[in-house]
Amino acid sequence: MSARLPGGGLLIDRAKPLYITFNGRKLRAAEGDTLASALLANGQTLMGRSFKYHRPRGVVASGAEEPNALLTIGSGDTLEPNQRATTTEVFDGLEARSQNHWPSLEYDVGAVNAKLSRFLPAGFYYKTFLYPRAAWKHVFEPVIRKSAGLGPAPDRDARDPDTYEHFYVYTDVLVIGGGMAGLAAAEAAGAAGARVLLIEQAAHWGGRALVDDMTIDGQSGPDWVAGKLSALRAMENVELRNRTMGAGVYDHGYVLANERLTDHAPGADGPRHRLWRIRAGRIITATGAIERPLSFAGNDMPGVMLASAVRDYVALYGVSPGDRTVVVTNNDDAYQTALALVGAGLNVPAILDARAAPAGPLIDAARSAGIRVETGKAVASVNGKTHVQAVEVCDQAGEGTALETIPCDALAMSGGWSPVVHLWSHCGGKLAWDADNAMFAPDPDLPPTGADGQGFALAAGAAAGALMAGDALASGAEQGAAAAMALGHEPRDPGKVAAVEAPAQGPMAPVWLMPQGADIAHRSKAFLDFQNDVKVSDVQLAAREGFESVEHAKRYTTLGMATDQGKLSNINGLAILSDALGQPIPQTGTTTFRPPYTPISLGVIGGEARGPLFKPTRKTPIDGWLDANGAVWEPVADWRRPYALRRAGESTADAVTREILNTRRNVGLLDASTLGKILVKGPDAARFLDLVYTNMMSSLKPGRCRYGLMCTENGFLFDDGVVARLSEDSFLCHTTSGGSDRVHVWMEEWLQTEWWDLAVFTANLTEQYAQIAVVGPKAREVLERLGGMDVSREVLPFMGFAEGTLGGIAARVHRISFSGELSFEIAVPAGQGLAFWLACLEAGADLGIQPYGTEALHVMRAEKGFIMIGDETDGTVTPHDLNLGWAVSKKKADFIGKRAMERADLVRPDRKQLVGLETLEPRTVLPDGAHAVEGARLANGMANMIGHVTSTHFSPTLGRSIAMALIKGGAGRMGEVLEFPVDKGVTIRARVVDPVFLDKDGERQNV
Amino acid sequence: MLSLTCPNCGVTAEETEFAPGGEAHLKRMGPGADDAAFRDYLFQRKNPRGVHFERWRHAFGCGKWFHAARCTQTLEVFGTYTAQTSSVPDDIVAAIKARRPDWELDQ
Repeated sequence: MSARLPGGGLLIDRAKPLYITFNGRKLRAAEGDTLASALLANGQTLMGRSFKYHRPRGVVASGAEEPNALLTIGSGDTLEPNQRATTTEVFDGLEARSQNHWPSLEYDVGAVNAKLSRFLPAGFYYKTFLYPRAAWKHVFEPVIRKSAGLGPAPDRDARDPDTYEHFYVYTDVLVIGGGMAGLAAAEAAGAAGARVLLIEQAAHWGGRALVDDMTIDGQSGPDWVAGKLSALRAMENVELRNRTMGAGVYDHGYVLANERLTDHAPGADGPRHRLWRIRAGRIITATGAIERPLSFAGNDMPGVMLASAVRDYVALYGVSPGDRTVVVTNNDDAYQTALALVGAGLNVPAILDARAAPAGPLIDAARSAGIRVETGKAVASVNGKTHVQAVEVCDQAGEGTALETIPCDALAMSGGWSPVVHLWSHCGGKLAWDADNAMFAPDPDLPPTGADGQGFALAAGAAAGALMAGDALASGAEQGAAAAMALGHEPRDPGKVAAVEAPAQGPMAPVWLMPQGADIAHRSKAFLDFQNDVKVSDVQLAAREGFESVEHAKRYTTLGMATDQGKLSNINGLAILSDALGQPIPQTGTTTFRPPYTPISLGVIGGEARGPLFKPTRKTPIDGWLDANGAVWEPVADWRRPYALRRAGESTADAVTREILNTRRNVGLLDASTLGKILVKGPDAARFLDLVYTNMMSSLKPGRCRYGLMCTENGFLFDDGVVARLSEDSFLCHTTSGGSDRVHVWMEEWLQTEWWDLAVFTANLTEQYAQIAVVGPKAREVLERLGGMDVSREVLPFMGFAEGTLGGIAARVHRISFSGELSFEIAVPAGQGLAFWLACLEAGADLGIQPYGTEALHVMRAEKGFIMIGDETDGTVTPHDLNLGWAVSKKKADFIGKRAMERADLVRPDRKQLVGLETLEPRTVLPDGAHAVEGARLANGMANMIGHVTSTHFSPTLGRSIAMALIKGGAGRMGEVLEFPVDKGVTIRARVVDPVFLDKDGERQNV
Repeated sequence: MLSLTCPNCGVTAEETEFAPGGEAHLKRMGPGADDAAFRDYLFQRKNPRGVHFERWRHAFGCGKWFHAARCTQTLEVFGTYTAQTSSVPDDIVAAIKARRPDWELDQ
């Protein structure tokens, strides 16, 4: 079994023990452990059950590529599923639980799936659960979802207590990866004077220099790393960040990186994760390489690990993965693992080398250390139930006949190395096949390109295919200098290359299946993708069934689609596919590499944009008073507006009724500040507005207001509002509350991109003014009491405006009405808005003045048949459809939308047209959006729908329900009774009437 | 995330600071245009793999519109220029030809 060794462990501090729990069991760990090393130190090699077959699984890797050891960390509000044990740093009190089993990790009922695996091949979902269709929803899917999967999602009531942030950075050179190559690249670029940011996903720096056998400039690997780090930290132009993962590379050298700040120290101040949004002149991907597993039967058994991971656990954490470790390999590198194990006093019964005649210093060293080296040999299968007990040895050239059983409790495998090319590839960097090392590596001639068309990324070290330590280091230094030079810096000491001594390695031999002729029984236990349970036999089946494209085979088998995105499985999988298709690997190609490199939290993607900061609410100057006086808020575009102002003991509906009746009988006060206000000024202002509005605006006299419509080039209505001509060359254009920004941008677009010859300026003054509507029969009396200007009918008639002061406050008073009542809309400077509001309330107190909200506004405008953009319009409605043809000029040669209005479809007589509706039963209110139907059903079985309700209310003024609707040929249907089926067996009948329900002649407003 | 330079204020900024405005150099079809020409003006847009002319607005900056000449395949930006023109300026054409010798302006 695995255990803590008496010595060793570069990253742990044995003097600082701490305690964690695993499935409720308390375990001792050391500061610096990862969760994986801590579990191994406690003999816990079984760490979870697999996704589909519930096979027992243990840790296979030592870094971000880990597919198996996914655990749920924390509980309650901080529960996080699917965390890799290999990258989770331990802290005192860490709670970890294994996943995807019931009732327990050791005895899992779902493991029966493994016995049924013959019936659960690739694509079985598509083949098996077809009929009956209803069973999919109620039987198959729930059962599959329950049995397959990884960790549970947090409880629905859980709330993430942590904070997250975004961080924006510009740098000359970004170096991703803090191994040998990354450190050398950062130093070279920094020495040349470039601003450098060096990031490393792990907590520690140095990569393989900490573990592998080498000396650099006469120093040990760890000493060299420590020296480089202090040299880099002393450079003012170099910034280093560990625990920061390069997540994705995007257009023009944009990079996202994820920094984990407090995962290892919960409770510490500050954000938990930080998303770095980096714009870099040059990016150096020094992301290293990942060792490949070998595909043999039982390669997923706990105790089977990557050879490099085995020596990582020994060297970095002082953990032995087993007392007796067999090494199986196709390359020299794995011999280092055997030597490291022997060096730690552990037993290596044999090295099984698939190559016929390996030779070189590492092989000699193994032999002289007394290790039995078997060449041309392979693992036929692995014995054991939940842990390796022995391996069956066979000839690599054969079909799997066992020659010998070697008892062991760990198996270290190496199928060669694959450069981590994800970040190089994200934004279009191309790969080339390196046949000597059987791997894809970045093609330096085809990097991702930036705004200037030049490559913006350089690969360095093992990530560039330089797998040997000396080559990797030289490549890092060279690329660091090249990146700085490309940005105009002069590299220093370009000839200086560190002297690296490391054992030479002979050629590897590609081994994609072990043994090469493995029969189906062996192939269907040889796993490619551990996390998604995809086997060699699944990929071969996909190829037989015609999934020849690697992208199709991936989706059919789910190879590489798990949270590890196939870091271990990709190359092995496409090699098997290539073999099945009888084509070379480069012809098969790779699947697309997509960000993020490893999963990042949803919290960090959101960053600070949470709760009230998600989207700030726009508030008017009166907002505070409304909030303190019973406002029932509703969102209106980015604003909040009061739906109604409720008094104590009153329902919202009662408040709306009271507000309407009081406004119609006495006087109401509305905060209309949200209304868009755009100043259009210049010698050509009138000409411009003639083009933007469907009406003629040039004929408007200064001091007068006119209701105007704006259409798109399609001829459809998109905004409306009152235009006031302030002077010969300036107009104030009112827009809808939601449309102020849109309309302003729209005007600027036409001015800047089409009619740039017009001398016009626009300014959006929406927030510069508070606008308050004083509405009702007693409105004039309120203003007269405030005093300061003449608001009589003679001086300020309907659709006029005047400027002056009211109650000592500068005011522009518009005689316009959206309710049909005598109404003044008064614009005052925003800072005086609340003062004016309070002055009106005081002046009108004994007249019964009451504020009203948006619902009262809606009902009163519907009583008058006034349209509302967004209710009566939906982007397919013309002014003529809404009986607003009077507001479309026939005299103007051109305006936006004029050409479209000539189209046959827009003059069709049976278009949907605006009508009023009165339900036959006056207290019944039609549901919003209800469809009117007529005649027989259509051929497809649907009812023949002829239109729909656009606004519908109970009118307290009229004591009955009223509605507006867009109905096919509505103008010709006056008096018809239409049917609105609203529920099973329930049909509401309503008569088509004029949409102006109240005061058709406008006598109430014209006083 | 493109990086663009606004020719109006000279600022080079992230794509999120700009708003895209679709194909550049459309000729407006007003009253009198025939149905086919009007349809094309409203709906027919080029979607080339390669050199493309686009409208952008520096929405969270100076607010001004400009044009960009860009390769939709490699995302190379050949240049940005004023929105107050109905044809591609000569220096932009030259900049494109320097990078894409086989390319011809099609207007």
